[in-house]
Amino acid sequence: MVENQRWLNILAHLVLIAGVLVVAFPVYIAFIASTHEPSAFVSGVVPLLPGSNAANSYADVLTGGVSSQMSVPISLMLKNSMIMALSIAIGKIVISILSAFAIVYFRFPFRQAAFWMIFITLMLPVEVRIVPTFQVISNLGMLNSYAGLSIPLIASATATFLFRQVFLTIPDELMEAARIDGAGPLKFFKDILLPLSRTNIAALFVILFIYGWNQYIWPILVTTDDKYQTIVAGIKRMADVVDSEPLWNYIMATSVLAMLPPVVVVIMMQRLFVKGLVETEK
Amino acid sequence: MAGITLENVGKTYAGDVAAVADVNLEINDGEFVVLVGPSGCGKSTLLRMVAGLETITEGRVTIGARVVNNLEPADRDIAMVFQNYALYPHMTVRQNLSYGLKNRRMPRDEITRRVDEAAGILEIGEYLDRKPRALSGGQRQRVAMGRAIVREPAAFLFDEPLSNLDAKLRVSMRGEIRSLQKRLGTTSVYVTHDQLEAMTLADRLVVLRGGRIEQIGAPIEVYRRPVSTFVAGFIGSPAMNLLPGTLQGGQLHVGGQSFAVEVAGNEKVEVGIRPEDLRPAKSGEPGLAVSLAYVEALGAQQLGHFRVDGHPLVAAFPPDQLVHDRMSLAFDRTILHLFSAETGKRLN
Ligand SMILES: Nc1ncnc2c1ncn2[C@@H]1O[C@H](COP(=O)(O)OP(=O)(O)OP(=O)(O)O)[C@@H](O)[C@H]1O
Ligand SMILES: [Mg+2]
Repeated sequence: MVENQRWLNILAHLVLIAGVLVVAFPVYIAFIASTHEPSAFVSGVVPLLPGSNAANSYADVLTGGVSSQMSVPISLMLKNSMIMALSIAIGKIVISILSAFAIVYFRFPFRQAAFWMIFITLMLPVEVRIVPTFQVISNLGMLNSYAGLSIPLIASATATFLFRQVFLTIPDELMEAARIDGAGPLKFFKDILLPLSRTNIAALFVILFIYGWNQYIWPILVTTDDKYQTIVAGIKRMADVVDSEPLWNYIMATSVLAMLPPVVVVIMMQRLFVKGLVETEK
Repeated sequence: MAGITLENVGKTYAGDVAAVADVNLEINDGEFVVLVGPSGCGKSTLLRMVAGLETITEGRVTIGARVVNNLEPADRDIAMVFQNYALYPHMTVRQNLSYGLKNRRMPRDEITRRVDEAAGILEIGEYLDRKPRALSGGQRQRVAMGRAIVREPAAFLFDEPLSNLDAKLRVSMRGEIRSLQKRLGTTSVYVTHDQLEAMTLADRLVVLRGGRIEQIGAPIEVYRRPVSTFVAGFIGSPAMNLLPGTLQGGQLHVGGQSFAVEVAGNEKVEVGIRPEDLRPAKSGEPGLAVSLAYVEALGAQQLGHFRVDGHPLVAAFPPDQLVHDRMSLAFDRTILHLFSAETGKRLN
């Protein structure tokens, strides 16, 4: 039995290590590439150890010293991505937690129908409705704006559904106790529901931030003005050069930088998860 | 401080489920009324209508001088204690107690004063900065009571507040609720399906059956003179024995004996005899011929489970009583309970 356990442990670790390698290796290569000369990766032999060009690559990328290939400074692209990802994540959470609140706690005509309508839209990701959505945004004159970048991605059936499930686990008596304590619906929402769903909000924020950060097709479609270029779309442009070799060290340096904000968000929120898990109980 | 009046109160849930019907009840200021009945008889529904958590579909509820039918729970000047405590999990005990007061925009020092006072009464002072999660069931129950006390309401409403506690704690909390209510003098309505809890707590007992009031009265009155076989079977533990008998021209025939009773009429009856009213017959004394099934020794008393003419019969004896396989059990003919076999209503 003990022996078995050990082999199981070893096997589990092997699988995990393999998984980590598969995920981490491309990231590692990207980092290595950013530290070499632009030509290093086109020569055929992929170097596995860091080169000596790291300082140059990152300095150039950050200070905008690569203007020949990047019309937009990377800081602006990071800012744009940040605005888009934050608007999407926060917008989605706000909208969906409010709709879930309405669906769970209020009795209104066609409540069930409303829920199912929202639920059905789960089956319609952005890519499927992209043409009509583009039409709407363009008619509203929201092309080339932060609003156009984020608003169409904000409605979220998934998050609504998730918050509904969370609210359903909160005992009715809590709501009744709050009613007796003189808390109206909004007060109940603010004082009881929000604190109790804190960990869910944090988890969702991480997922949605990354979702927003990684948006690719939509930003390319609605923004033609460089002022609104996001970093993920920008990397693509950097690679699309005509008549010359792509400057892989800059592209990879940019990629590495683009990965940092989501990583920071995950690390920050992870603390909250753990804290929340230890602290709250329904 | 206020009384509560229920006039023709009824509740019909969606889909024509009549959970409560025709309830008329006057609860005096400072009175402790216990609603008791089997599961599903509408106790909670009735209480929740008083609290304002359930709409009142028929009739009128008055608290103090105000008809409260259309008032929000918070405006009814009541406080409720729930079975699962319903404490706010993310707030400390102090925050739990003060939440309702804050919502009423009470001055901060008044809130502190009331919370500290309630904490003193309930001896939860040392837990004030803990979250409910870090409290035992009994302590949570106290906090839930504290949340009711600090509001200094016109009435306390309890919905089976002790059912989640273990037996021993339940007995001690029961005592505390009773003395607390006496001390504060706050009108209280208490729901339970535990007849012992009902008997010990109540100034007045309301026995519900199928959404209607079956009997109202002081516990001892209900115990002594249950109005129907339903109440007879529900109040008192072990339950009252019911033996079939016949009433004919003032004579009652039961268990092989006949004697005169002061009830007229000719009909089949159920004769109710409390287990504690049965004793072994002295020699020559008429009695019920019973055969023993088994004995339960409870320490303070022993319960003999017998059969008489194929009907079960329970008798409570002192612990030193010798119980035989075949016995003759006598009962006092003046404290018989006679019920109509047809309607179950009391005849004497
Ligand atoms: N929301 C509802 N919709 C329809 N019927 C309901 C609803 N709530 C309760 N009922 C019905 O009303 C009746 C009374 O319910 P209630 O909860 O008042 O019983 P109770 O006496 O409190 O029982 P218990 O001792 O089990 O708590 C039951 O038959 C129940 O099925
Ligand atoms: Mg109930």
